[in-house]
Amino acid sequence: MPMRKVMKGNEAAAWAAKLAKPKVVAAFPITPSTLVPEKISEFVADGEMDAEFIKVESEHSAISACVGASAAGVRTFTATASQGLALMHEILFIAAGMRLPIVMAIGNRTLSAPINIWNDWQDTISERDTGWIQFYAENNQEALDLILIAFKVAEDERVLLPAMVGFDAFILTHTVEPVEIPDQEVVDEFLGEYVPKHAYLDPARPITQGALGFPVHYMEARYTVWEAMENARKVIKEAFDEFEKKFGRRYHMIEEYKTDDAEIILLTMGSLAGTLKEFVDKKREEGIKIGAAKMTVYRPFPIEEIRALAKKAKVLAILEKDISFGIGGAVFADTSRALINEKEKPIMLDFIIGLGGRDVTFDQLEEVVAISKKALEGEKVEEVNWIGLRKEIL
Amino acid sequence: MAESPFKADIERVQKEYSEKMTPGAIVYIPGSSVVNKTGGWRVFMPQFNREKCIRCFMCYTLCPEPAIYLDEESYPVFDYDYCKGCGICANECPTKAIEMVRESK
Amino acid sequence: MVPLEEVKKMELPADVKKKLTLPFEEHFYAGHTACQGCGAALGLRYVLKAYGGKAIFTIPACCSTIIAGPWPYSALNAPLFHTAFETTGAVISGIEAALKAKGYKVKGEDGIMVVGWAGDGGTADIGLQALSGFLERGHDALYIMYDNEAYMNTGIQRSSSTPYGAWTTNTPGGKKHFLEQRPKKKVIDIVIAHKPAYAATASVAYPEDFMKKLKKAQTIKGPAFIQLFAPCPTGWRAPTDKTIELARLAVQTAYFPLFEYENGKYKINMPSPNKEPKPIEEFIKLQGRFKYMTKEDMEILQEWVLREWDELKKKAEIFG
Repeated sequence: MPMRKVMKGNEAAAWAAKLAKPKVVAAFPITPSTLVPEKISEFVADGEMDAEFIKVESEHSAISACVGASAAGVRTFTATASQGLALMHEILFIAAGMRLPIVMAIGNRTLSAPINIWNDWQDTISERDTGWIQFYAENNQEALDLILIAFKVAEDERVLLPAMVGFDAFILTHTVEPVEIPDQEVVDEFLGEYVPKHAYLDPARPITQGALGFPVHYMEARYTVWEAMENARKVIKEAFDEFEKKFGRRYHMIEEYKTDDAEIILLTMGSLAGTLKEFVDKKREEGIKIGAAKMTVYRPFPIEEIRALAKKAKVLAILEKDISFGIGGAVFADTSRALINEKEKPIMLDFIIGLGGRDVTFDQLEEVVAISKKALEGEKVEEVNWIGLRKEIL
Repeated sequence: MAESPFKADIERVQKEYSEKMTPGAIVYIPGSSVVNKTGGWRVFMPQFNREKCIRCFMCYTLCPEPAIYLDEESYPVFDYDYCKGCGICANECPTKAIEMVRESK
Repeated sequence: MVPLEEVKKMELPADVKKKLTLPFEEHFYAGHTACQGCGAALGLRYVLKAYGGKAIFTIPACCSTIIAGPWPYSALNAPLFHTAFETTGAVISGIEAALKAKGYKVKGEDGIMVVGWAGDGGTADIGLQALSGFLERGHDALYIMYDNEAYMNTGIQRSSSTPYGAWTTNTPGGKKHFLEQRPKKKVIDIVIAHKPAYAATASVAYPEDFMKKLKKAQTIKGPAFIQLFAPCPTGWRAPTDKTIELARLAVQTAYFPLFEYENGKYKINMPSPNKEPKPIEEFIKLQGRFKYMTKEDMEILQEWVLREWDELKKKAEIFG
């Protein structure tokens, strides 16, 4: 019988790691994900988890140790956030290029400067080019489930790419919610054992991993990573199907909420989706035709699903907690790429909201709807809008 | 005269060599560098005087390639396919049985 | 490679059999692209001879990356993992943990040796944090730093291991006599401060001594560190045939003494503490990188060598 407990998002991630049974965990503490390696240490100390916990001296060494361990042919896991993820940056490309299925839990926290420990997506969004698969969780249950799904997808032979699961700092990492912990036997059936076919170092098998790639070979090596990421679309959907069969919870690349007859659709990721669903209910009572959509998978970008979603709306408002200076939000840029050549496109608007842990309130969402309505009526509006700015201190 | 220990390897590597991209760009054939005959690098080549040799094995031990192997009577044999002509063997030979001469091609 | 069975069948005369002190099997393949007379390639050949068929290697981005070969070539008959420049210590920690988690025996006569093979740049400078973490956590692996005294792969830039008065592309002399101003960083002292299971210095000119140290590192449990003196004729502006002579003179002038640290005790192998070491000039005059040194510079270097040698002799006496 699956256990139901109330726990923080960090604990849920640690439980997911425990269920997945990685053999090596190398993690370094950073707010807000510190509790993940702490909880894993407790599991290891109590003998509930049979893993080698390497108490590394920096995040860079954490991901390097995971890369070494994964290359030696074992399942690995780590957790970090923000500056730690930024410190890992160069190794993330190496992990993807070497096709090592490492899974990482990220407590989405913004980047300095100014120093800020609270939530936004800047840390994981800044790693979108690395070749890591990216999931975003709306609540603590999703954090646990998506980590299990991440292991399944990453280790699939058609994919073999590392994966990261982001859940919002403090909003999810430190907030207690009820979570259902699946049974170990069912998880064992779902994930099985990690049996690497390519990457495992053994003296009886003198292979070389990560050698120099001259220009005459490099593009083909990178193309195989591109192919793996494209394969991941199918593999992720299969994993979602199997997860529903085994555990009873349904996941989608993009989850839609009251979008069928919506004129304005609000698209977002992570915990903000929960706020949006309540807001949409309130606006529907007032008679406004509005819907919400939540992107669970950010890499590979769900192009087909975005195109299907876009057909339903007249205005697609993208609410995102990140900014790429000089152009706008990253999710907006990626969504535009998906829709650029469509014959019929909705009006697309970018809303930069909730940076650095600023609370997203219904007032701010009213502003979003007001701007979207103006656009719907044909008025000229800014494409990139910063919502909730305290203009009095600027 | 014993055969170069690398000859069998060259045949193996040439048989197994494939430019097909592997996942993660993993190299599956160890020792494949033997197809690269670095003998073309040298300007000076070691000339061996068998009479002076006392079979101390210093040249065999100190060759960085290694391009020196031992024959059935334990005398050094110089593999000119790979010898880069660095001259360490000649410099270290205690009886000066090896001399570096300019190679005429 | 001559298989071991063939070697055993070879009839070596009795007196000759005594002299072949290194294992005969070769796991390092010729055809690699090291410079002529490369000390690092020779060092790697010795390590592969010592651990042939039983080791997993990790090499960061350095000259050895190129020596090991680009895709799809490999000069090593051993599993090899190329890693980012500064991560050697962390990656060997990860591999060792993974092997232990899989239930394999690590180290020991029949165990798997995990070896990190990094240059002085990737160890003393950018890789110092990872090395420190590896030593402090006490992983059962071996870290070998091959010391060619500069960042050779990127074109002879100075490292913290570059000696006083040396020419490098960062310290090119010039009109302001801007040579290397700082003394050679004693990485071995930093390592010993971590109190590892075994730490030693070795030189490519003394292969039997190096082999003995490699065997010791294999049998002693805990983290082991060996600093290998590997001259680079290209970067030191020395003739290619002088590599071994330089490695030998470095030891004989006490510029790079060979010693071991085990169980809190120091033991000096070479040169003999009871004799006067050779003057440093014999080591300097063979290398083009020291040709800009003035008489004063040479005196400063000689003083540094004798001071460090004195300190080591005292340590060996007190902690012998």
